[in-house]
Amino acid sequence: MIELKNISKSFQGKEVLKNISAVFEQGKINLVIGASGHGKSVLMRSMVGLIKVDNGDILYDNRVLDFENYDELKEIRRDIGMLFQSSALFNSASVEENVEFPLKMFTKMSKEERLDRVNFCLKSVNLENANKKFPAELSGGMKKRVGIARAIALDIKYLFCDEPNSGLDPITSRVIDELILEITNNFKITTIINTHDMKTVLDIGDNIIFIYKGEKWWDGTKQQIKNPDNKELNDFINASFVL
Amino acid sequence: MFSKPEKTGVFIKRVFAEMVSVGIGSLPIVIIVSIFQGAVTTIQTAYQLITPLIPKPTIGTVVSDSTILELAPTITSLVLAGKIGSHIASEIGTMRINEEIDALEVMGINTSSFLGLPKIIAGMFMVPVLVIISIFLSELGGIVAGQLSGVLTADQFIQGARMTFKLFTLQFSLIKAFTYGFIITSVSSFHGYYTQGGALEVGESSTKAVVYSSVLILLSDYLLAELLL
Repeated sequence: MIELKNISKSFQGKEVLKNISAVFEQGKINLVIGASGHGKSVLMRSMVGLIKVDNGDILYDNRVLDFENYDELKEIRRDIGMLFQSSALFNSASVEENVEFPLKMFTKMSKEERLDRVNFCLKSVNLENANKKFPAELSGGMKKRVGIARAIALDIKYLFCDEPNSGLDPITSRVIDELILEITNNFKITTIINTHDMKTVLDIGDNIIFIYKGEKWWDGTKQQIKNPDNKELNDFINASFVL
Repeated sequence: MFSKPEKTGVFIKRVFAEMVSVGIGSLPIVIIVSIFQGAVTTIQTAYQLITPLIPKPTIGTVVSDSTILELAPTITSLVLAGKIGSHIASEIGTMRINEEIDALEVMGINTSSFLGLPKIIAGMFMVPVLVIISIFLSELGGIVAGQLSGVLTADQFIQGARMTFKLFTLQFSLIKAFTYGFIITSVSSFHGYYTQGGALEVGESSTKAVVYSSVLILLSDYLLAELLL
């Protein structure tokens, strides 16, 4: 479980996150939705310790994310897997080397054990025969799947996905959604997804937070979001549907 | 930056990989620059020392001393600042804008140490090696140019080079190379690491890395000469 307590962040005097409190439950898919530029990515980057918050606490199963204590920060980060919007694969390394990297850095596994784990992770994301390919040879959807495989290579407790469907076609987007759902259920991890894809919200979301102008404007479940009593959220949802 | 690496084995492999990149990767340009540098210095020195009162081996002395003291370490390092510096800054800068550095951070890796330190160590070891190669090739270029142009024979050149040779000259040259290796790799890593924006900014970081490294090389050249000579 991840808990946010009164998180605030400003950049050059402009408040980007305003006093946000929230709880992200374990074994659930927690979605953070909102329009571009309203603070979703800053919130996620703050939660993983890439941006230092001005005020408030971030708790990982009651462990405080302490930006001043680098060793503790590193300890918590080792339980975190993150899928970046751009996939953030190491371009000079093959798929196998990308997924193997965290195992090489943080485990004492032998080469064979590492390869077994890499193959297991690649199988989990339906990419069994891509070991020797390089990121430049992969499609957008495949890159995202490798990103997920790398994120789950270590036994993580928390999975962060920053707009996992951005730049993907609707069918591949659903594949990625299904994959995230499967991984969350199989490994009982706490998953947090930043998205503005309402199909993702309705398909796999458990708990949803709507961020508007840096504030937590609304929170609720997948059922509750179908009939929200909030104008801004309503506008956001209505803008998402074409038909 | 100078913290303990997450995994020593991986770190050592990265240092060796960077040594190959910095050392072997820069060898062709160092070979070309050094040979012509020695050749041109010999011919121009001979052109200036036209009086028959000055013995021919003096040309060897002048070329050899100036090569060891200044030309090989400083000119080679300025060339390396362009070659290695831009490579390092653009490599790290591209990693930054592609969120690869963020991905490493989220994994719990000290990125400045993981990315920068192997390059700095490699630079501090390999630039002196390249400078030694440069000294050797410059002298060789000087000998060949002297012979081909009929200015002085190989024996005269070597006699002149040995006449005033002091071990400290070579040591001083290597101290310079060691310092320049640190400057090139650390300045370039810094500019790459703090790149913000997109492809255009990667280019800007790369240019800044070369310019700042070159200026610092010249500044430290003066300071080291003041301090050690």
